[in-house]
Amino acid sequence: MYDLIVIGGGPAGLAAACAAWEGGLQKILIVERDKELGGILNQCIHNGFGLHHFKEELTGPEYAGRFVKLLGETGVEVRLDTMVLEVADDRRVHMVGKSTGYRVEEAKSIVLAMGCRERTRGAIAIPGSRPAGVFTAGAAQRYVNMEGWMPGKRVVILGSGDIGLIMARRMTLEGAKVLACVEVMPYSGGLNRNIVQCLHDYEIPLYLSHTVTDIRGKNRVEQVVVSAVDGHRNPVPGTEMVFDCDTLLLSVGLIPENELTRQAGIAMDRRTNGAVVYENMETSLPGVFACGNVCHVHDLVDFVTAESQKAGSAAAQYVLGGGAAAGETVLEVTNGDGVSYTVPQKLRPRRVEKLCGLFFRVNRVLGNSEILVTSGGTQIARFQREHLAPGEMERIDLPRALLDRAEGEITVSVREVEQ
Amino acid sequence: MYDVLIIGCGVTGAAAAFELSRYRLRVGIVERENDVALGTTKANSAILHAGYDPEPGTLMARLNVRGVELARELCQKLDVPYRPCGSLVLAFSEEERPALEELYRRGQANGVPGLKLLDGAVARSLEPNLSETVVAALHAPSAAICSPWEYCLALAETAVKNGAELHLNTAVTGLERTSGGWTVRTTTGDFEARFVLNAAGVDAAGVHDLAAPHSFDIRPARGQYYLLDKSEGGRVSRVIFQCPSAAGKGVLVAPTVHGNLIVGPDSEKVEGNDTATTGDGLRFVRETARKSVPSVSFRESIRNFAGVRAASGRPDFILEESAPGFIDLAGICSPGLSAAPAIGEYAAELLAKAGLVLERKDDFVCQRRRTRFKELSPEERAALVEREPAFGRVICRCETVTEGEILEALHGPIPPVSVDGVKRRVNAGMGRCQGGFCGPRVVDLLARELHKSPAEIVQDQAGSWLLDRQTKSGFLPPPEGGNTVQPEGGAKYV
Amino acid sequence: MKELICIVCPKGCHLKVDEENGFAVTGNACPRGAEYGKMELTHPTRVVTSTVRCARGLYPRCPVKTDRPVPKGEIFRVMAALEVVELSAPVRAGQVVVENVCGTGANVVATRDMI
Repeated sequence: MYDLIVIGGGPAGLAAACAAWEGGLQKILIVERDKELGGILNQCIHNGFGLHHFKEELTGPEYAGRFVKLLGETGVEVRLDTMVLEVADDRRVHMVGKSTGYRVEEAKSIVLAMGCRERTRGAIAIPGSRPAGVFTAGAAQRYVNMEGWMPGKRVVILGSGDIGLIMARRMTLEGAKVLACVEVMPYSGGLNRNIVQCLHDYEIPLYLSHTVTDIRGKNRVEQVVVSAVDGHRNPVPGTEMVFDCDTLLLSVGLIPENELTRQAGIAMDRRTNGAVVYENMETSLPGVFACGNVCHVHDLVDFVTAESQKAGSAAAQYVLGGGAAAGETVLEVTNGDGVSYTVPQKLRPRRVEKLCGLFFRVNRVLGNSEILVTSGGTQIARFQREHLAPGEMERIDLPRALLDRAEGEITVSVREVEQ
Repeated sequence: MYDVLIIGCGVTGAAAAFELSRYRLRVGIVERENDVALGTTKANSAILHAGYDPEPGTLMARLNVRGVELARELCQKLDVPYRPCGSLVLAFSEEERPALEELYRRGQANGVPGLKLLDGAVARSLEPNLSETVVAALHAPSAAICSPWEYCLALAETAVKNGAELHLNTAVTGLERTSGGWTVRTTTGDFEARFVLNAAGVDAAGVHDLAAPHSFDIRPARGQYYLLDKSEGGRVSRVIFQCPSAAGKGVLVAPTVHGNLIVGPDSEKVEGNDTATTGDGLRFVRETARKSVPSVSFRESIRNFAGVRAASGRPDFILEESAPGFIDLAGICSPGLSAAPAIGEYAAELLAKAGLVLERKDDFVCQRRRTRFKELSPEERAALVEREPAFGRVICRCETVTEGEILEALHGPIPPVSVDGVKRRVNAGMGRCQGGFCGPRVVDLLARELHKSPAEIVQDQAGSWLLDRQTKSGFLPPPEGGNTVQPEGGAKYV
Repeated sequence: MKELICIVCPKGCHLKVDEENGFAVTGNACPRGAEYGKMELTHPTRVVTSTVRCARGLYPRCPVKTDRPVPKGEIFRVMAALEVVELSAPVRAGQVVVENVCGTGANVVATRDMI
């Protein structure tokens, strides 16, 4: 019987396991399906990670390396090349590996840290023929950075999420010609700094409010057609541009990978595509926690780390200190104007020590704005921001004292204000 | 000298090869592509129709009903995913009711078992997600769903195991009559055969014209589809049709044997083998499907595809000896998949009539099994991995497909040479991430087992290359429009 | 007056740099932004991250970076220099792969252990 089984050995799983160890758990197992720890960070060889957590700028592998080293100083067990197939609601974890065989392990607590996967061509129904040469940006990243293969010579990128932007630069540096980055929304889905250093630096045009409307080519991509879209994201006839290229990379969103979560019967949030979680990242199944991109898609690994440490510590508390008190007050966090989701979705004020961190995303670009937290129509907190965008996750910290004043629910909303 | 050479290894050619491999014959199959099932067989509704659609008295009617009857046993023996889920044809107004009654009448005449006309409320009690506007439905319990490519593959593999010789990457370029039969000229050399079967699908008219005077055209009709995630797989439990029109059986909503939901097709005349999807076509499919099942969530789309129906200008299948010893199995549009094994039987009859002696083999083996890790119990899985550790490594996480299953396929009777070839054999890459995760791993396995460089591994048909060149090969292509820079250390732009 | 987006951190501040006034920077949330604004207009630099060949490792490529920013104009020369480097596992994170690459004063270092 393990105190804790962590499913996934990427940044979320690593941070959760380390925090649980620090929190006093002795028998911890990380199950990782790849042949090494670190998850997606191993293929994110660019820098820009760690400014919040380590106060320095690291590459993905360096960031992962720091945590792998920390983990090495603990007694946490790791099973590599092992895939979890099922999490039963009695916290029995079914797993299989080439060298470890088929095993069922029991745990007093579980942290779900499976990360996310990329949306594909099929998910966004791009019309056209179906030749080879359409890759998700992350798959291309793995080929280029880890396997050492270039997937093509002339590239169009659909979607301006960070992975797409990073791959625009990466493919260019490795000798490919990146013809365009195309974004259906009127604003980029990635960080501003990546627009500058990945597109502007290499004079790669960014077409906002455009999308790919046709893929041509019998065996391999030969052309893609890009059209402008109207306010309802419908293509505008007559605006077609044809690019001669052999590769289309897709960076059109990430989806938390929650097959195990759903199978375990855990309550899900349609907006995050992740589990509904409490302030300590506990899911609707007591003793099962979720953190990192499996819970909601983050922009910054530093925030994944912070959230996962919270989950790991909470797992330790759960195992060592017992479960929930009956009849505890629970606040529902609801989305007000301009807010597309919040994490956590539920708060138990009594479990908050001093501050409760709350992540959320806005659903449009806003200039000078205020973030309002209300309960029962009464404002309980207000925060100011100069700029808000869907591509940039926001975080506010709510003091316990304020939460004690709330009743039933709290609502987070944003609104633009005059300067 | 082959006794029979079959041109084309889609489900029709494979079914003919399977049937003929029961007899003491030397059977050859030539297939233009690098794998079987690459034409219409891999892109259709995956339905084994009950048989109430075709006009009574046609070959279509007879072979459809016989085909689905044969399929039931065949799929079980050959380990082909198959589910007898039944079907409903919907009427949305009283005006459409006579069309249902006509289908019922045809079904009775064709010998379709168990047909029943239901009113809207009864139909909705069977399928709660049906539209409120449904006023009546025709229920056909004998309709089934299957995996069409695995069906074709299973038939072809069984034929090969029973001695048929499959020549992939072999396109027919000419047919010449000889004293003993035919010389079939191909891109990989000439084959001599006493009899030739033309199962060339969309290209059947072209092949026919090499052997006999022009007598039919193939008029390809493209159909576009949505494949939705397993989260939508339970939206309906039967195949849901609308009333058919001249263009075809219309847009259906159906479960698949893999647990997904398939929605489509539209019907549009196209030139040749044009399997592109279009914005308009997909929109039509979405809108029309919602008429039957309003709650279908297209947000859950995981793939779109289109297939081409190899319809001829004639209202029936073209199964006939068009020149001495040259037999067409052409114009195989819907219900071609349903009829396939019966078309195979019928082809054998035609050959016998043309003078071929059919003598049964004693050692014909009609059996096939493959390992499906996902379907095993925990105890069976544990034992399997213990015995063969490769089954412990999950390659495709969406569909839970293991390295062991891929290796099994790679060493099977018709080994795959492409990523999609692996997909058709073991389902790796069929799931919601569409090979995003397992693609590179499958490329690795293919390269390793086929002793090739990853750059030689294709996505699907020949020419569908995946990888261009290795990074860090000692040079960088010059940046377009940029200055050519001579670097230090021997590296240079070329 | 030149407008820039700061790339020093993920915040992406919108900077205004006054070229005629000693490259005075406004709009920055931290001192590093001021420094970046001036540098970007006078002497732009970037850290280069890439890979090099690595024999006998878990993967055939090892990720690397320049240990300090190099002039923007040198990026492709640095990339070209990495084309011909071949490491052999084991490699340690931080290990110098190329010293003073292209005379920029920056070393190229491995960014992970490769065993």
